[in-house]
Amino acid sequence: MAHTATATEHHHDAHHAHDHHGPTGILKYIWSTDHKMIAMQYLFTGMAMGLIGAYMAYVFRMQTAFPGVNVPGYGQVSPGEYNALITNHGSIMIFWVAMPVLIAAFGNYLIPLMIGADDMVFPRINRLSYQIFLISALILIASFFVQGGGFGGAWTSYPPLSAVAEYNQTNLGSSLWLLAVALEFVAFLLGGINFITTLMNSRAPGMKAYDIPLVCWMIVIASILFMLSVGPLIAGAVMLLFDQTLGTGFYDPARGGDPVLWQHLFWFFGHPEVYVVLLPAIGITIEIIATFARKKVFGYKMMLYTSVATGVLSFFVWAHHQFIAGIDPRMANVFTITTLLISVPIAELCFVIIATLYGGSIRLTTPMLWALAFMAEFLIGGVTGIFLGASGADIYFHDTYFVLAHFHYTFFPIAIIGTFAAFTYWFPKMFGKMMNETLGKIHFWGTIIPFNLIFIPLFVLGMGGEHRRIYNYEHFPDLASDGFFMMRQIATIALLVMLVFQLVFFFNCFISWRKGEKAGKNPWKANTLEWTTESPPPHGNWPEGLPNVYRGPYEYAHPDRKDDYWPQDQPV
Amino acid sequence: MAFAKPQATLRSATGIPTGRLAVWWLLASEVVIFGGVLGSYLMHRLGHPEWAEAASHTNTWIGAFNTLVLLTSSFTAVLAHQAAEKGDGKKAAGFLVLTMGGALTFLCVKSYEWTVEILEGFTIQSNTFWSFYYTAAGLHALHVIAGAIIMGIVAADAYRGRELQRVELIGIYWHFVDVVWIFLFPLLYIAK
Repeated sequence: MAHTATATEHHHDAHHAHDHHGPTGILKYIWSTDHKMIAMQYLFTGMAMGLIGAYMAYVFRMQTAFPGVNVPGYGQVSPGEYNALITNHGSIMIFWVAMPVLIAAFGNYLIPLMIGADDMVFPRINRLSYQIFLISALILIASFFVQGGGFGGAWTSYPPLSAVAEYNQTNLGSSLWLLAVALEFVAFLLGGINFITTLMNSRAPGMKAYDIPLVCWMIVIASILFMLSVGPLIAGAVMLLFDQTLGTGFYDPARGGDPVLWQHLFWFFGHPEVYVVLLPAIGITIEIIATFARKKVFGYKMMLYTSVATGVLSFFVWAHHQFIAGIDPRMANVFTITTLLISVPIAELCFVIIATLYGGSIRLTTPMLWALAFMAEFLIGGVTGIFLGASGADIYFHDTYFVLAHFHYTFFPIAIIGTFAAFTYWFPKMFGKMMNETLGKIHFWGTIIPFNLIFIPLFVLGMGGEHRRIYNYEHFPDLASDGFFMMRQIATIALLVMLVFQLVFFFNCFISWRKGEKAGKNPWKANTLEWTTESPPPHGNWPEGLPNVYRGPYEYAHPDRKDDYWPQDQPV
Repeated sequence: MAFAKPQATLRSATGIPTGRLAVWWLLASEVVIFGGVLGSYLMHRLGHPEWAEAASHTNTWIGAFNTLVLLTSSFTAVLAHQAAEKGDGKKAAGFLVLTMGGALTFLCVKSYEWTVEILEGFTIQSNTFWSFYYTAAGLHALHVIAGAIIMGIVAADAYRGRELQRVELIGIYWHFVDVVWIFLFPLLYIAK
């Protein structure tokens, strides 16, 4: 093997000497293999999908709060369309927003820069991963415009509703939805292999395992979790596709199949998936908090091992989604215990962050506000999860708005707050300009306050017994009281307010990009390697040679130094 | 346009070449995919002893012959790797072509077998055993086809003395395809 390796390395050197003529113009961006460009592609595609998902939320929230209203910008919502909108809102926000932005975009952008490499290990596989992802997004959007409309069987896609066209009445839509999800999985498997291999093999000289910034670890642990949990669902999806198109009966009890099998396969993936998107968001938070508390992360190794423990435990909790699906009550006991256990490592992560803040000299910049808000809001999501993990309480809460409010209190902080935290923190690096702090803070409060006003009423509605996935609550006298409708309307109006405040964000991005103050290499005086190169970094990241690493990433306020930070690449 | 590999690709902090590391991770993801199919099949099979009747219609001899073909092709893949380690790209390419021949034989036998079974009326819709039979073996056959195509690309490069490290990588993948069949054969053919 050594022989072959030398031969090939020699061969590569010969290639480096060649002038390489790439495509020009717009093709240079579309066909780029540069990890930063691919990260941007993921970021902007994810954000565009986020806008589509938000538009869907706007339409169905209007219908829920004001049944039968002619929704401005959409029109009347039919029951089938309502189902398609809620289904695809969920699918889009998880698979086409949270994953591409948090894992693919920030993973692609940060991993090579933070570990001191010039690119990912497989740049062309990276590009392929984005292209498959883009195709999957286009297929999902196309599924709305086929005969019968988009799939409406919820993002969990339980058979027999999802398997039998007579029931779901979206013969083409449901297959296209499944195809889009499957392609998205392929894209992230390719991306994940790239992330894992890059982190394992391509670290800068001198960077030991415990010198890697936590966010890189988190993204890689998330990629491993995704890889190991999604396989059974890919198998299950093939079986579901065959049930839909070839007339097999994998999930049809009348023909020897079992619909609960899908639930097991789905949630075996579906629950680790929560941690797949949570871990990168926590990683982003800890980077920001260490930088703006000017303090070393409290318990780097504890944080790392805790994340691994979370990942391992997350494989043993899935059936808490199925307490009322007819599973054995003894199994429900087991899954209640494992589910409550997983709150232990998550609580540890929270305490690590709080302990990092303790005694720091905290700077409340916009990214820091987002990071702190992430912790505060996610905590509410975590605590309400205890109610649902306990099988006794879950039997009452199952499929109510309590569940919905709970997972929005986890996913919104992860996918939206986490993204804004990362975006505002690394914006100077990505675009070379500082963002406007005043506009940033207006946008922050204009998002956080309405967010709570949307979902706190939904907790109350859920405890009152409001079932999810109902097109028109006027048809259910118990759920149609004035008080219930008032709370639905508060939530919907808060959503409208939140959407309006997002304009501030886009305006801020544009104005900062055009007229913002120049950021320079290291505007936040942070330690990690991405701040040692130009903003934005050129192709190859460090044109004058890749950095060496001499210390861990969080050496802030070192007693022997005048500066309160100590970049990883500075020799002693 | 020749693609210039970044320095990241050539680094090896773990001491394992990047390509080999990536192939092992790829196999990890494949293991759970086949694990999902086979796990689902096993759970069903344990709950439905009557599937033994359906399974008795599979042709164990053809399955055994295909097992032999795949095992032999794994052997030629190892010989290709050995030749590549000695830097003999032409010989490695030759062994890879032999391995592809094994893949082709496997697929031809499989097509014949399926044709006979479908003509006898055992289709993917017949019952859930046959659904699993065609789905699991079909998924495996797709991997055989993909492996053979990639092997062709690797062989073409190796013949010109390029990217010889890839001979080992496609070999690892081919052994995996082989191992999956080693699980499928007893589960679908022998257990009656």
